[in-house]
Amino acid sequence: MIVQNEKGYVFFSSITRPMKATYCSTGSNEDFIFSDYYSTWFLVCSNVTDNSGNSTAVSEQLFRTNRVEFTQLAAEYKVVNLGQGFPDFSPPPFIQEAFCKAVSGGPTMHQYTRAFGHPPLVKSLAKFFSGIVGHEIDALEDILVTVGAYQALFCAFQALVDEGDEVIIVEPFFDCYQPMVAMAGGKAVYVPLRPSGAVLSSGDWVLSAEELASKITARTKAIVINTPNNPIGKVYKTEELQMIADLCIKHDLLCISDEVYEWLTYDGAKHVKIASLPGMWERTVTVGSAGKTFSATGWKVGWAMGSGQVIKHMKTIHQNTVYHCATAAQEAVGHGFEREHKLFGSPESYFQQLPATLQQKRTKLAACLESVGLQPVMPEGGYFMIADISSVKVNLNDQSTDEADDFRFVKWLIKEKGLATIPVSAFYSPEHRKEFDNYIRFCFVKEDSTLDAAEEILRKWSQEQ
Amino acid sequence: MAEDEMFNLLRGLSFLLIVRDVSSYTLTAVQVWSVHAIGPSSGKGTPDYMKSQSKNQAISNDRERSSTASSRCPSQRTTVRQQVSCAVTHRPTDGGCLTPITTCMNIARQVLNCPLFNIHYRRFCTSQYTMTSRHANSKRIQGLDKNVWVAFTSLAADPSIVNLGQGYPDIPPPSYVKEALAKAASVDQMNQYTRGFGHPSLVKGLSQVYGKVYGRQIDPFKEILVTVGGYGSLFSTMQGLVEEGDEVIIIEPFFDCYVPMVRMAGAKPVLIPLRLKSGKTTITSADWVLDPDELSSKFNSKTKAIIINTPNNPIGKVFTRDELQMIADLCIKHDTLCFSDEVYEWLIYRGHQHIKIATLPGMWDRTITISSAGKTFSVTGWKLGWSIGPEHLIKHLQTVMQNTLYTCPTPLQEAVAQGMLLNCELMGQPECYFTSLAEELEGKRDRMAAIVQEAGMTPVIPEGGYFMLVDVTSLNQDLSHVTDDEGEAYDYKFVKWMIKEKKLAAIPVTAFVGDESKKQFEKYIRLCFIKQDSTLDAAEKILKNWTKI
Repeated sequence: MIVQNEKGYVFFSSITRPMKATYCSTGSNEDFIFSDYYSTWFLVCSNVTDNSGNSTAVSEQLFRTNRVEFTQLAAEYKVVNLGQGFPDFSPPPFIQEAFCKAVSGGPTMHQYTRAFGHPPLVKSLAKFFSGIVGHEIDALEDILVTVGAYQALFCAFQALVDEGDEVIIVEPFFDCYQPMVAMAGGKAVYVPLRPSGAVLSSGDWVLSAEELASKITARTKAIVINTPNNPIGKVYKTEELQMIADLCIKHDLLCISDEVYEWLTYDGAKHVKIASLPGMWERTVTVGSAGKTFSATGWKVGWAMGSGQVIKHMKTIHQNTVYHCATAAQEAVGHGFEREHKLFGSPESYFQQLPATLQQKRTKLAACLESVGLQPVMPEGGYFMIADISSVKVNLNDQSTDEADDFRFVKWLIKEKGLATIPVSAFYSPEHRKEFDNYIRFCFVKEDSTLDAAEEILRKWSQEQ
Repeated sequence: MAEDEMFNLLRGLSFLLIVRDVSSYTLTAVQVWSVHAIGPSSGKGTPDYMKSQSKNQAISNDRERSSTASSRCPSQRTTVRQQVSCAVTHRPTDGGCLTPITTCMNIARQVLNCPLFNIHYRRFCTSQYTMTSRHANSKRIQGLDKNVWVAFTSLAADPSIVNLGQGYPDIPPPSYVKEALAKAASVDQMNQYTRGFGHPSLVKGLSQVYGKVYGRQIDPFKEILVTVGGYGSLFSTMQGLVEEGDEVIIIEPFFDCYVPMVRMAGAKPVLIPLRLKSGKTTITSADWVLDPDELSSKFNSKTKAIIINTPNNPIGKVFTRDELQMIADLCIKHDTLCFSDEVYEWLIYRGHQHIKIATLPGMWDRTITISSAGKTFSVTGWKLGWSIGPEHLIKHLQTVMQNTLYTCPTPLQEAVAQGMLLNCELMGQPECYFTSLAEELEGKRDRMAAIVQEAGMTPVIPEGGYFMLVDVTSLNQDLSHVTDDEGEAYDYKFVKWMIKEKKLAAIPVTAFVGDESKKQFEKYIRLCFIKQDSTLDAAEKILKNWTKI
């Protein structure tokens, strides 16, 4: 349902919740960029004017950074898209081959496999991660394979959070955490990472131990962390994780650790698994993603790892929701991990090559952003970079004054410069949003041609200044 | 930390930190109420049993032992200063630790179990230990952990067993769907996220196919949701539309997930069995019918929905237009929703027709129809399905989708889209897979029925689907020797016995009914016949030799 009010705002009563929209018109079509608490949605609405001059919306497609449609949109309106958070290049050949091999494999590749995870996959995951976690992982008891890390998070919240439980979420957070907590009847309690000092790197964004401790109540059930973090790129250090671990142990909390970007760390930053700290294995659910690991987000293969005592409850959720995950993709991912296990630490390992490639892209993007007065926060990990827009002098030329600064800036950037990004305050809770509305997020897991195009836009812009 | 310091800590503390800093080893917190030594204290020095411990001692235990303490003479209790040696746990370093933590824990247990001292403790916080009750499951899954597949899949996994149990084909899927999948995966963008509610080419293809079937325009973006299998559609439907306190009517026998899903949504399942019409020699699934009065009595003001499954699993019943009309009338009268599980919609045998309840007057606006690519194209391992219905209902399923797994795999959806489009062209023709598969299965159905009869059992000939109910009463199989759980139904015992003795796997039908109907169905087992000829040959051999010992 679209309603237009006098300010020109369009309220789209979406299937979930009302969202505020701002629209910018580029050419004959009108693009609506929606933002709500959880995400930024892009609506393409083709308006057609009939003979009386009345315009009617002909077709609407509501999508959220959908690559397929957004690519068409980007091509049509010449938007260079550094907003959507997934690769625009293909997965590595060895994983694609593994998939093709699985597809042309015997009939069992196309029928149900073991519900909680295809045996070859869970075995290779257990083998691979046991050494890293410092704990012998039982392939059948301690691992649940899910439809993407997204479903692993869903199972965790559904299995462990009851009505009235509180769940601490470290901000900025991947937008799905809050609705999932809400769906489980829980209450989200937010603690922000705060920039301290010069803020040149994601490492300068820190969690205050006092602030975190102050949020814990008798009803607190769990804490959700994401390392490397989306959108900032922070890679939590051992001491920081230890601080969180100490509180988890002291207050007997669970920890849900979203580590989908675990292989993407730069400048020698080390990804540390909170589950490997003493006292944490039995209370931590570690979530991983084949999509992020092997640049194949469309396969939707993820997993949760943890003590069998906790995983078993997630299995109950899983068997009453989707029950099985697709077989062939699991087979391929299993082979991927076998290969990586053999090549671990060597230059041929994809887990070495991908971060090395991305580090270069990171450097390049940061330099481009600096040249126009945007202040990037160098991410220690992940494939996103946030940049401070405060010192950029632009006339935003828009009538909307009660909208967050970063949203207005993103809109302007698309309209005037043809560069798509995501406003960072969308990753914050309502109560803290205003404090963090001067950052926008860029994604750099893109082909060089995409980054070159972005560079071109930024170069031109800096010349105009 | 020196021993003295440590012992000072120990005295009557409610929280105990036990440390010895030995090289890289640090400590773990152990929560202990108090530590008392039993027997003579100071002067004895470290007891021998402790001297022999390695550096990597740990103290751990989670049992309360206050009862032991109270049985001791109070005067003998002294603080363990000299007698408790420092103990440590080790922290696994990033490179892995040298002594497995299990060894440390075992040593710890020995130390704690030593009668020389009592340690009152609540719990401790190191690895390897069972969760406290605080980390038990959420209430919504209470009692939902067991199901028939968990029980029987592993039993039947032995390759020497002829598996007619779990419902998946061992015949290959059509080659063009496999090719379409390989082709899709070779396109860059097909390996990345697609539209959350369904890959555009798939929903458009579904809209075309089902537009024809329903005889109405179906909006691909608003009236279709792609899910992880028919299972995922059922889940999205329950979560999206069923509330705490609702009642949902389920017809027995039912695909077993309906009840746990209804319960997980906080609602109450209300069961009504199909009943066998008496007086027939050859029994088909059409002879299992609903009693209209009985059905009517199940509807009340709390009824949110009725779930129907046509063709039905396990019986194979294809509901007639009149039967569906009867249900539709009640839905309209009581303003309830209808969730129609139609995953076997194309597997209809001669003389029968699949009717979609959503096409009956007044039903489109209150019905969610669920389908499955896995059953349609014999690719159960692809786990793709879809829900079709009016926008005002589908939107709630979409909400669930975006908060549960967000999107389904892209290349699989693209391949199914290709399969759909191809068969859309061929619909009504013999080359159409939807028709050709049903024909192939009808032959297998008839063969299965014949060999089952030869073995002295009575089949219920299904009008649709790929399962057959088989009545084993006439075998008079004595199962008293089969040890089992208390009150385990006859069919469970029979299937377990059959797997073990005859190397043939089936599924017990009481898994698909509630407790009250168990007696009605416990002489039936379910056989799956979407199997290749060699599997059916093997089954035939077993059944032919049934009476021979």
